[in-house]
Amino acid sequence: MMYFSRLKTALILGACLLGAFLCIPNLARAPASWLPWRQVHLGLDLQGGSYLLMQVDMGAVTKQRLNGLIGSVRQALVSRTIFYRTIQAEPAQNRVVVQLQDPTRLHDALAALQPLISTEGALGTPDLVLTSTPAGQITLTLSAVALHDRAVAALQQSIEIVRRRVDATGVVDAQVAQEGDSRIVVQLPGIGDPERIKQLLGKTAHMTFQLVDESANAASSAPPPPGVEYLPMQDNPNEKVPVYDRVDVDGGDLTDARAGSDQQTGQWVVNFSFNTVGAQRFADVTRSNVGRRFAIVLDSKVISAPVIREPILGGRGQISGNFTAQSASDLALLLRAGALPAPLTVIEENSIGPELGADSIRAGAIALGVGFLLVVGFMGFFYGLLGWFANICLVVNLVLMLAIMSLLQATLTLPGMAGILLTLGMAVDANILINERVREEQRNGRPPLQALEHGFQRAYRTIFDSNATAFLAHVMLFIFGSGPVRGFAVTITVGIATSLFTAWMLTRLLVSRWYIATRPRLLPV
Amino acid sequence: MFLSFLLRPHLRLVPDGTRIQFMRGRFMGLIVSAILSTASIILFIHPGPRLGIDFSGGIVMEVRTPGPADFGKIRAALAAGHVPQQGVQRFGAADEVLIRLGVQPTAQATDAMVEQVRAALDKAVPGNKVLRTAAIGASVSAQLLRNGILALVISLAMILVYIWFRFEWEFAVGAVVTLVLDITKAVGFLVVTRFDFDLVMVAAILTILGYSTNDKVVVYDRVRENLRKYKTMPLRELIDLSINETLSRTLGTSMTLFLAALPLALFGPESISDFAWVMLFGIVVGTSSSIFIAAPILLFLGENRLRRDAVIAAAPKPRATRGKAEDRPAPAVQGPKPPAAKSRAARGAVAQSRPKA
Repeated sequence: MMYFSRLKTALILGACLLGAFLCIPNLARAPASWLPWRQVHLGLDLQGGSYLLMQVDMGAVTKQRLNGLIGSVRQALVSRTIFYRTIQAEPAQNRVVVQLQDPTRLHDALAALQPLISTEGALGTPDLVLTSTPAGQITLTLSAVALHDRAVAALQQSIEIVRRRVDATGVVDAQVAQEGDSRIVVQLPGIGDPERIKQLLGKTAHMTFQLVDESANAASSAPPPPGVEYLPMQDNPNEKVPVYDRVDVDGGDLTDARAGSDQQTGQWVVNFSFNTVGAQRFADVTRSNVGRRFAIVLDSKVISAPVIREPILGGRGQISGNFTAQSASDLALLLRAGALPAPLTVIEENSIGPELGADSIRAGAIALGVGFLLVVGFMGFFYGLLGWFANICLVVNLVLMLAIMSLLQATLTLPGMAGILLTLGMAVDANILINERVREEQRNGRPPLQALEHGFQRAYRTIFDSNATAFLAHVMLFIFGSGPVRGFAVTITVGIATSLFTAWMLTRLLVSRWYIATRPRLLPV
Repeated sequence: MFLSFLLRPHLRLVPDGTRIQFMRGRFMGLIVSAILSTASIILFIHPGPRLGIDFSGGIVMEVRTPGPADFGKIRAALAAGHVPQQGVQRFGAADEVLIRLGVQPTAQATDAMVEQVRAALDKAVPGNKVLRTAAIGASVSAQLLRNGILALVISLAMILVYIWFRFEWEFAVGAVVTLVLDITKAVGFLVVTRFDFDLVMVAAILTILGYSTNDKVVVYDRVRENLRKYKTMPLRELIDLSINETLSRTLGTSMTLFLAALPLALFGPESISDFAWVMLFGIVVGTSSSIFIAAPILLFLGENRLRRDAVIAAAPKPRATRGKAEDRPAPAVQGPKPPAAKSRAARGAVAQSRPKA
């Protein structure tokens, strides 16, 4: 028990040295970019910043898919001159129901709809299930696999677009990550007031160009004619514009958008350009509709509805609509980053000003320092030499904790700092158990070496059992906790692991070296 | 000189060879604990803990005012701004104010509410600074609460299984019952102090759980060891002996954790100092429950099981057995060689082998 081979000694000391090396990245900048420079990050509660938890509206994803499906069904049936009485989406059941006018053409209709089924999914299973009744009713149900695939794709795409938008705002070290299967976490260090970013992220930014129906009167209370919708103006929600449902050009075809100022009026505008497909369609629509109004619609609100004066052939255009410098550049940013596949809403927000973070660090550091001195003083005063060995191990334990947390690139939060301090208090427990046991063995009449041997051996099981339960409890906290509390769980679990090493290996090594060097007749316990 | 002063231990928490008969106070301990825990549960139901934003949802804003905060003025300003606040209170320093608002139906409504508060504050207290804004929706808070409770329950179950696996079921049940009693008291403390019950408090309770188990394991481990060592000693005496032998350990380990948590409670930022006070309370409760609750429960559960042969041996002449010198742990006993075999043979007791070690 008290014998250490050279190899073992070297390994233990090597582990401690390695730990010290791994801590260096926290103190200095990387001298070369190829070096693995892993370090502990300060949590948002310490450095100030914003944490946003956003929910992707998966219901909207399904609804969109069903609306798309209705369009395809309509087209497939009409192309074969099959008439239907009704066609409607039932989002709750993930299906579209079609009622044919003539039930005898059911067979033809099914044949026409067959090509809509795609088996491109991950498992090669069909994404649609077709069922029919003899009365001429056809039901197209989206399969669970297809819905899941679509939800996963929507989430991935949302994350990508959120990341682009956040990056475009110039926040340093922002993090965007998936949480669960329909949520996105955005962390913005240094941003104490995320109002503008929240507004940017909350917009779907789906832009379309749709023609205005001049014959309809949006001011009247009558329902809009079929195929037309009354959409509010962005600046003035009371003013409605009658817009055809048909999307002539989609914002997805934009290649660039920049804020600028109009040369003649000096107003802020957004200049955009289309890819080839978009440019072609834009040219076609503007050529055949000169003199009519063309609405630019963003998220179901009309930004402006200018009159087409001449065909726009170059695939470039300009949006004007009472912009300020800020709103023009925000819109340009949104258009560049692309539209979200589904609306996002903030369901949790925590914004901490840098001032509060600095206060927390200061208070935490004072508590940490005082707590450390109290524990070290207690061990030295009550256990003498063995207590000081424990204190050496305590320092090494701190270093190792920091090293492992650096390797994991863990986040240090305020509760995490509390966790470090509590770990210090618990780490010496192992030494207390050992020291008390050694002392007891010596009182029972064992000579020093035997007392040490037995003390370490007997205490070991107690130490292991008592730490294992604490370890389990904090692993649970990590799994079920969230935010800063997770930081607490991380520091404590790491601390328990390292303290087992220092108490069991390092203390024993120190005591054995000391014993060999001095060969005392009585242990100072 | 100084070095040799340093290297010697100077104080002992507990003098050597104490013989305190803790088990005499076993009913007292259990009754006091039962009363405290019952009171805590009643308090938990009514008035109930004040849920922190993590679990209740809603909005919390922390504001620093120039100079000491005038709460009446702030409340009046919020009322004038049509803000349905649910609490304006001091938070740490005299110039820091915490404002609570209820859950809003949508994210837009939440933002609007925060703006309203800012506007009202700017009018009433110019130069104020919003240090922190936190808003949590109802769906998230419900999930956090569920997860917090799950973490507690699963941890308890795992501790039960672990101790069962490493010891015997009497130990596991004793430990978990004690831990549940400890937790209820900590929750009662939370209600009495009106600290916010949030995720950080769940962390505190879990830490108490882990730490308190440590303490119980130390005592139980010694009981297990002594069960092998003194085969005929009555369980009651054996538990008393085990507690006395481990008393300096139990107190020492509690002391270090107490010392580590104390500065957090005194100097820590507001959110952590509440956590630390609960920890300190839990340490005191956990330490005393190791002695006065966990051990008596073990005695009640194990009296006829852990010590079946001892009961048979001790039954005819209890006085004499207790008086036997060999059964006491003499300070000079060499090694764990059990003197029990000899004494049992001498008394001609039934040579029944112990069921399990």
